[in-house]
Amino acid sequence: MIAEIGLAALWLAAALAVLQLAGGLLALRGDGANEIAALTRPAAVLQGGLVALAFGALLWVFAITDLSVKLVATSSHTAKPLIFKISGAWGNHEGSMLLWVTVMALAGALIAAIERRLPERTMQATLAAQGFVALGFYAFLLLSSNPFERLPQPAVEGLGLNPLLQDIGLAFHPPTLYIGYVGLSVAFSFAVGALITRQVTPDFARAMRPWILGAWVFLTLGLTAGSYWAYYELGWGGYWFWDPVENAALMPWLAATALLHSASVLAGRDALRVWTIMLGVVAFSMSMLGTFLVRSGVLTSVHAFAVDPERGSFILFLLAIYIGGALLLFALRAGAISEGERFSMASREGALVVNNVMLSAILAVVLLGTLYPLLTEAFDVRVSVGPPYFNPVGAIFAFPMLTVMAVGPLLRWRQDRWGRISKEMGLVAALLLAGVVLFGLLAEASLLALLGLTFAVALAAASFLPLKGRNLRRVPIATWGMVVAHLGVAMMLFGMASESAFSKEKLAALEEGGMTSVGPWSVRLEAVEPVAGPNWTAIAGRMSASYEQGEPVQIAPQSRNFWAPPQQTTESVLITRWDGQLYAVMGGSSTDGRWQVRLWWKPFVTFIWYGGLLVALGGVMALVGRVRVDLRRRLVRRKLAERRNDMETAV
Amino acid sequence: MSWRLWLPLAIFFGFLGLAGYQLTQPKDDAIKSTMVGKGLPYFMLPPASLDRPGVDSRYFHQGEPKLLNIWASWCLPCIAEAPQLEQLKQEGVEIVGVAIRDKPVDVMRFLTDHGNPYTRIGRDDLSEVQLGIGSSGVPETFVVDGKGVITYQHIGDIRPEHVPILLEELRKAGQ
Repeated sequence: MIAEIGLAALWLAAALAVLQLAGGLLALRGDGANEIAALTRPAAVLQGGLVALAFGALLWVFAITDLSVKLVATSSHTAKPLIFKISGAWGNHEGSMLLWVTVMALAGALIAAIERRLPERTMQATLAAQGFVALGFYAFLLLSSNPFERLPQPAVEGLGLNPLLQDIGLAFHPPTLYIGYVGLSVAFSFAVGALITRQVTPDFARAMRPWILGAWVFLTLGLTAGSYWAYYELGWGGYWFWDPVENAALMPWLAATALLHSASVLAGRDALRVWTIMLGVVAFSMSMLGTFLVRSGVLTSVHAFAVDPERGSFILFLLAIYIGGALLLFALRAGAISEGERFSMASREGALVVNNVMLSAILAVVLLGTLYPLLTEAFDVRVSVGPPYFNPVGAIFAFPMLTVMAVGPLLRWRQDRWGRISKEMGLVAALLLAGVVLFGLLAEASLLALLGLTFAVALAAASFLPLKGRNLRRVPIATWGMVVAHLGVAMMLFGMASESAFSKEKLAALEEGGMTSVGPWSVRLEAVEPVAGPNWTAIAGRMSASYEQGEPVQIAPQSRNFWAPPQQTTESVLITRWDGQLYAVMGGSSTDGRWQVRLWWKPFVTFIWYGGLLVALGGVMALVGRVRVDLRRRLVRRKLAERRNDMETAV
Repeated sequence: MSWRLWLPLAIFFGFLGLAGYQLTQPKDDAIKSTMVGKGLPYFMLPPASLDRPGVDSRYFHQGEPKLLNIWASWCLPCIAEAPQLEQLKQEGVEIVGVAIRDKPVDVMRFLTDHGNPYTRIGRDDLSEVQLGIGSSGVPETFVVDGKGVITYQHIGDIRPEHVPILLEELRKAGQ
């Protein structure tokens, strides 16, 4: 019964999306006073409620393991812990698509309910676009991936007890990215709405900005968490592999970062109108493209998703309609959008333009590298594009961007002189120079790592400069957010560069009782013991590791063998200090009875993820700051209107 | 109206065409071995177990197509593929094994535990034969026709769904 309620709610929601689309379109044709047009907002709100109900129904059938539902029978199991039963609801294709439309419908409901700044026509166009995008996903769900499908005979037991998927990180990593993707769909709807009515105003940017910020925070968290998961779980010691699936998540982030900054220019200075619209379309395109690449299997990836060419075709079809349509609209309408405010290159806007161009260039580099194998395979040549391409080519654009990031926030809006901030620029330059000399003498590192360390230090110092000479208590929260986020980028960069410059690796074949050392650590393999788990056996290497002859720490990395399905995994062990991590992996035995042990000492590697968290925190602060200002502004407007009313009645 | 405004749409169409084309192409996961179509190099391996003879490459020049299975007692996927090898043996396929970097004691224990589908097992202590026939890991399985020419290479353990593929390749090699 619960499943049927969910399905019915989903169909009703789809019908309301049609109403939302029709109402919005009719409003655009008429003068906005149309009776159906008045239904657009309520339709969006009700739709949000219905989809939430459907999602609740799915969570319920998973929580009680209703094995007569096909999806539960194929991807869950009665013996799973409750938390994994529930997270299993979105750990599959159908459920994750339902999660997608749920977040999307809730976002649509929220805009419909509270957004009052925009002209009504633009708002109707935005809601129509949102309804149109949602409709595609409803069609996808209801026609080809119904999550509530029943089995003719209830299954006796579920099939989904894959222990590898019972990981708390895995349970929350995909929804985090999804929320980010969907947030960008809202920005997309706003962009399309503004394109239709040609009202690209600062108010439009202000309405869109919280959604970009929110999406960006979630994408940042998703990327950070995913990267750490790959780092500890895969046992290769790396944190980023330029794998297509990782790139699929990185590209929307890059586009959202650019969009965030250009929307700020539009909101504050009424410049960069066309460019912001373009980025709004691109950011959501990258989300859809990511979903397509991950789900269709056109690219080979280390992430083994259940790929299905049919689903791929469906997503490609949606992609063609939404993005093709939006770009067509862009080509037809963008020429008619009047130019915004002008500004000189030596200004905050100028710096943000450079930042945008560089971010877009990096995005293009990643996009090209990701799609290149797709191109060559059409000519029967198989290639894989990896770090030798991405790192240096990306760096060509990343370092200029970092330079601008350091000095840009110091510039005034509209027009400034370089001479005014010469002292600060001198400081950054001096730090850069000192860094190159210092790190160049200290470390034998690659040029990229060297530059990375230097820029990280300079950027960290520069990120505080915007606060110089200001009353810290009166600095807006959004500005604090910028400072924190920029500091986070510096920290991340420092972690990456340090990992690349100073990491020590040791592959040793040890007898029991044997010693080896890596960096400042000495590690003793005490004993090798078999360990049995519920569906795996493992050999565990009991080791004691001591940092510079200090107190030894006991660790026991494992090499696990699962038998159903047969699969070998490593359970690496990390010892975290403030200044780095020891990473230990247990390998197999060699023929002469010794054991392979792989050790890394990675100084400051944790800064990568702390930095990522700081960036996300900066985003949250900016979001809170912006929303607070918006609310206050709305309150003032209402008070003004009331006073005007009072005066009129008094007269 | 500027032509530049149409550029994003043009690029997007280029991508659509490419992605659409790739989606319609059958996904080809088979690894095209450079050794397919070439003859086995000459080798002679001593026996790896007490009850089976060693392997001489000339043995493949006589009679029916055979499977050449590269394995080792220390290799876990080899345990996983043992039932499939047994099934192939039941189908009347002759399987010749090459044990990589192994000890007779371990080989015997493995065969007692997991069954012995092999008619002959050679001992390749230095991976010489393995490298010579273009195999980079264990387990791997080659289909060799009656004239000693490799016609098919299967990388990784043999799963139940691979058994018909191997039987089909053996049939083709026999024609």
